[in-house]
Amino acid sequence: MDWWKYADTPLEKFGLMFLAIALFVIVMGVILVAVDRPKRVPRWLVTLGFVGPALLFITFGLVIPGVRTIYQSFFDNRSVEFIGFDNYVQAFTQDQFQIVLRNTAIWVIVVPVAATIIGLIYAVLVDRTRFEKLAKALIFIPMAISMVGASIIWKFVYEFRPDQGNIQQIGLLNQVVVWLGFEPQQFLIGQPANTFFLIAVMIWIQTGFAMTILSAAIKAIPDDIVEAARLDGLKGVQMFRFITVPSIRPALIVVLTTIAMGTLKVFDIVRTMTGGQFGTSVVANEFYTQSFRMNNIGLGAALAVILFVLVIPLVIYNVRQLRISEEIR
Amino acid sequence: MTRTMTVTKRRTYAAIAGGAALALTLAACGGDDGEGGGGGGGDDEPTASSIDCEAYDEFGDLEGTTVNVYTSIVEPEQQTQEDSYDPFEECTGVEVKYEGSREFEAQLLVRIQAGNAPDIAYLPQPGLLRTIVEDFDAIVPAPDATAANVDEYFSESWKDYGTVDGTFYAAPLGSNVKSYVWYSPSMFADAGYEVPQTWDEMIDLSDQIVADGQMPWCAGFGSGDATGWPGTDWIEDVVLRTAGPEVYDQWYTHEIPFNDPQIVEAFDTAGEILKNDEYVNAGLGGIDSIATTEWTAGGVPILAGQCWMHRAANFYQTQWPEGTEVGEDGDVFAFYLPTNQTDVRPVLGGGEFVGAFNDRPEVQAFQTYLSSADWANAKALTTPMGGWVSANNGLDPENLATTFDQLSAEILADPDAVIRFDASDLMPGEVGAGTFWTGMVDWVTGSSTQEVVDRIEASWP
Repeated sequence: MDWWKYADTPLEKFGLMFLAIALFVIVMGVILVAVDRPKRVPRWLVTLGFVGPALLFITFGLVIPGVRTIYQSFFDNRSVEFIGFDNYVQAFTQDQFQIVLRNTAIWVIVVPVAATIIGLIYAVLVDRTRFEKLAKALIFIPMAISMVGASIIWKFVYEFRPDQGNIQQIGLLNQVVVWLGFEPQQFLIGQPANTFFLIAVMIWIQTGFAMTILSAAIKAIPDDIVEAARLDGLKGVQMFRFITVPSIRPALIVVLTTIAMGTLKVFDIVRTMTGGQFGTSVVANEFYTQSFRMNNIGLGAALAVILFVLVIPLVIYNVRQLRISEEIR
Repeated sequence: MTRTMTVTKRRTYAAIAGGAALALTLAACGGDDGEGGGGGGGDDEPTASSIDCEAYDEFGDLEGTTVNVYTSIVEPEQQTQEDSYDPFEECTGVEVKYEGSREFEAQLLVRIQAGNAPDIAYLPQPGLLRTIVEDFDAIVPAPDATAANVDEYFSESWKDYGTVDGTFYAAPLGSNVKSYVWYSPSMFADAGYEVPQTWDEMIDLSDQIVADGQMPWCAGFGSGDATGWPGTDWIEDVVLRTAGPEVYDQWYTHEIPFNDPQIVEAFDTAGEILKNDEYVNAGLGGIDSIATTEWTAGGVPILAGQCWMHRAANFYQTQWPEGTEVGEDGDVFAFYLPTNQTDVRPVLGGGEFVGAFNDRPEVQAFQTYLSSADWANAKALTTPMGGWVSANNGLDPENLATTFDQLSAEILADPDAVIRFDASDLMPGEVGAGTFWTGMVDWVTGSSTQEVVDRIEASWP
């Protein structure tokens, strides 16, 4: 009777799911009941009841694997021999990995900046127009599509058919290129432009997020400031430059850093569209390839740690800015 | 590179339909004597189920036990695999639980490390077997009964691929023949072309086709995660032809470096075809389109009359669109990739191997069954659409579904053929499933041969 260990049939799987849900309900119920009869229960026990499970899961699900990854990054391929910083040296000096780091840098700079700028301009342009709701919904839709789904859509957009005989283009972009009278292009092969064609997908997804947050921030600008500025004779671009942008600065930074964090970890787009071929790999994709396909556990761990280290400052900055913007509110 | 997983996943739905029909008939047969406990196999069995059950007596009473199998072989091929286990299940009462996964190569190692290894795994690469033996203390040697079967039914080299440091671990399962060039017999006949018998004749024919205003070759290296592997097969086949089998052996064992001049020569010889923009890539684009064309789509322009030749393994048979007739007088057929050598007739092969991570008697009994002629014949009979062969010499070619599969089986059984296993499967994973693949992609997208071989050599662990 080990169906709960090896659930095979749908019935067993659903049974397992309900069992897990029931367990969760029981545990939470016990905690809540315990909280409801105060007086007797010391405060530390209540605190432990609430924080304990979370801490437990974070310890086993995050801290231990994290520490283990850092530990493994100092060992060789098979986690046997201690080799110090060799994996890191390799990751920073070999051509192949330098391309990976360069690409990651391009991604992290271009995506947040482009997505934020486009989102901001869009938010300002549609603000208080008649089509605002529709226009916002349109640009927000890509957020609802999974990264893999978006990648497949864009792969079709970039699809290439040769300029031979009576072969027709099936990719949207190449068809446009042909209509304009040019030769069809292999968008995903030509370096280094192909990285930017992949980046376009991420921007397409993230712009909606930037637009939504920034639009809310713009609406939150107090009317008296805007009116005062208008009385002082500010108009159009100046208003944007001296009133709108400074007023929403905290929101801008949160948006920038949030997108930057998401971009650092980008994996799905690269793996789905090129598999990291043609010089388009990024750290997250290379880490997966090294760890699981090539069985280079040490190097894969080192790449994961590099990614981790790169994300930390962004997270800290992001949290601080979030706090500041909350204080303002 | 043997990619059984990619081989099988794009099978036509016809195969599913055929498999389902067969499963029905098998189920009907099983109903007849399933109650009888399977002693002796039943005399009235017309299908694969008639096997000698005594071979499994030595493993004791196995009734009610279970064997877990983890493989990269997924639907629709999975059905034919499962059906081929029926005779064993009837004989012994063992239940074989089959689990196919497209993430097999990565997940197997994860499962082994997690202490959750399957009972049996079908390893598509001897290189992976070596990794598992050397790095993890999980795999168990093959039982004597299995080894005896392999000694009886397989040539010694096949046993060697399942052996690491003198210990025999994994018996061969299915096998592939890769040295084929697919073409259209009817197009050849109409144009008055003949099947070339030497490499030079093949180049002459290519030039003739160019002179007649067409492009002779098409190719595709795309295969998702594993993009590039069809290119490694190309190079391996040419190394066997330009440098010979001895150099080939030194090459994959790294006795000579990857950037040895003889290997460079093989790359350049292959490049005379693959990197010649008058030869490739018919109907698909320029040379760089080889990198983005899925290997499954690489040969399809032949049917549209856009290209004439496509080098691919025997399992490409199942990639042709539904309704394509494979045969000497059909829409497509394949000829042996010719060579200028007169003394040897090299053949590039591949296959998967059965590794066991547990030595329970039912697991050993199942290993023994898989290495037997009984299984090979049962598998042939449960694969009505063809596209499967084995190097097991107990396999009766009559049982194979198509004349093309019979041809492949003949080549595998031919004592004069010099069969060499796919080198990228024998090289360390970093190269054979890593830089060799990506190197082939770089090679067709602009890198020179020297750059590519130097880079691969540098990555050799």
